[in-house]
Amino acid sequence: MNGSATLELSGIQAGYGDFQALFGVALRVEPGEAVGVVGPNGAGKTTLLRVISGLLRPKVGTLRYGDQDLTKVPAHLLPELGIAHVPENRRLFPHLTVEENLKVGAYAKSARAEFAKRRDRVYDLFPRMAQRRHQLAGTMSGGEQQMCAIGRALMCAPKLLLLDEPSAGLAPLVVQQVFDLVRRIRQEGLTVLIVEQNVAQVLRVVDRAYVLETGRVAAEGKSAELSADPVLRRSYLGMH
Amino acid sequence: MNIFDPFLIEALINGILLGGVFALPVLGLNLVFGVVDVVWLCYAELVMVGMYIVWYLYNQMGWPLWMAFAVCLPCLAVLGVLLHVLVVRPLLTAPPINQVLATGGVLFVLQGGATLVFSTEFRSLGVDMPPMEVWEVFISGTKLSAFIAALVGAALLWLFLKYTYVGTAIRAIARDREVMPLMGVDPRRIYLIASAIGGSLAGLAACLLLVQLDVHPFVGLSFGPITFMICVMGGLGNMLGGFLAAFLMGVIISVGGFWGTTEWSYVFAFLFFIIMMFVRPRGLFAR
Repeated sequence: MNGSATLELSGIQAGYGDFQALFGVALRVEPGEAVGVVGPNGAGKTTLLRVISGLLRPKVGTLRYGDQDLTKVPAHLLPELGIAHVPENRRLFPHLTVEENLKVGAYAKSARAEFAKRRDRVYDLFPRMAQRRHQLAGTMSGGEQQMCAIGRALMCAPKLLLLDEPSAGLAPLVVQQVFDLVRRIRQEGLTVLIVEQNVAQVLRVVDRAYVLETGRVAAEGKSAELSADPVLRRSYLGMH
Repeated sequence: MNIFDPFLIEALINGILLGGVFALPVLGLNLVFGVVDVVWLCYAELVMVGMYIVWYLYNQMGWPLWMAFAVCLPCLAVLGVLLHVLVVRPLLTAPPINQVLATGGVLFVLQGGATLVFSTEFRSLGVDMPPMEVWEVFISGTKLSAFIAALVGAALLWLFLKYTYVGTAIRAIARDREVMPLMGVDPRRIYLIASAIGGSLAGLAACLLLVQLDVHPFVGLSFGPITFMICVMGGLGNMLGGFLAAFLMGVIISVGGFWGTTEWSYVFAFLFFIIMMFVRPRGLFAR
């Protein structure tokens, strides 16, 4: 393989104290691609994203972003490099307004000068956020909070967007809206890595996916192949 | 009883003026606690150090008062940063009791150090402004000036927290510190900034207290306990709650002193505090 991947992980082992969550995970995301990581609860999906964004350091393994070794970069410098992470449960600042949440998202030095421009772009993308710009983020519905969290991540003008369970806790109709949104973001040329339990939905959005099981990659392939796979259909999609 | 008694009105006004001066250390403590999640038990002693700095520069070195004030603030900011780097940062992941013991230890070090350097003598700035009379009510000029300066300090802090990137990050980190690196925020840097601001607020409080209080190594005891009480009453880490509670306490102490004696006024204040802790244990303004 050549070295042109946006993100490339190999042999990643990571965990919390004595508990090991990932046992040698390899994963590759090409520029402009949307890749999904699916699997049951506790498979290590969130841990994987935490390793990529530097919140958790791998014990073993390589982690490259373009030609940079991410294991050497402090987590808070990743937005500056163009990596944004929408964490599990959104993690908005509930006592700050929508616009203040966007402002925290634009904290990186290079983002501050562009704040007004990017904020207006986020408001174009989510007109609902423009209406609620002065509302406290914690008072909005789950779907609106997810939009706000994605908007906050877009404030650092990322090249690579990491999404952790964007559909968690949302009503089916809202889940649909969130995935439509991910499609629109992709059209703007962003590379996307989504971690999801909602396998059926996410396979419709991504080009390729990895199936993670107890910290190991159990399967990988194109979305179409995976959704046609009889084993996967039975164990994850609940279809026969 | 005549509620238009000028002495009562005077006590009320003095209480509000007193609250303004309490408000600064309360804001400083709450800021540091909200951001770093560590209580600076030695906060009143930082104020004491600031008072000695001003006294030394003005009374011993003969500097103009405004220059002594202007030097006191950055000195205390540096002291706050040193306290964070040398004492608090190594204990960030330690149990809270160790953090309290460590900053409590600094309290005794500062008291002891001040005794060694300046002895236990009471030192006075010797500055006084003429009182103003408005309809038979006398208002101390020094207290009024201190009050206005405290409000200006609090307003500047509010503007900073509300409108700057760092200030917004400070308000955010108080709720969720783990997610901050994902926003491009280095929590270690925010801790340093909060410690510097917490220190400067102690410095400003020192300037405003010294014009109405003599300084001695144990002067922290005269306003330290009440400062912590106000913080807890307003809800530890809740800036606005602490700010309002400071005025409430100032008025209780001042009006309590009008009906009883000064000693009794603190008994009233602590009684009120204890009752409030039963009624609203998470702070007066907890939602």
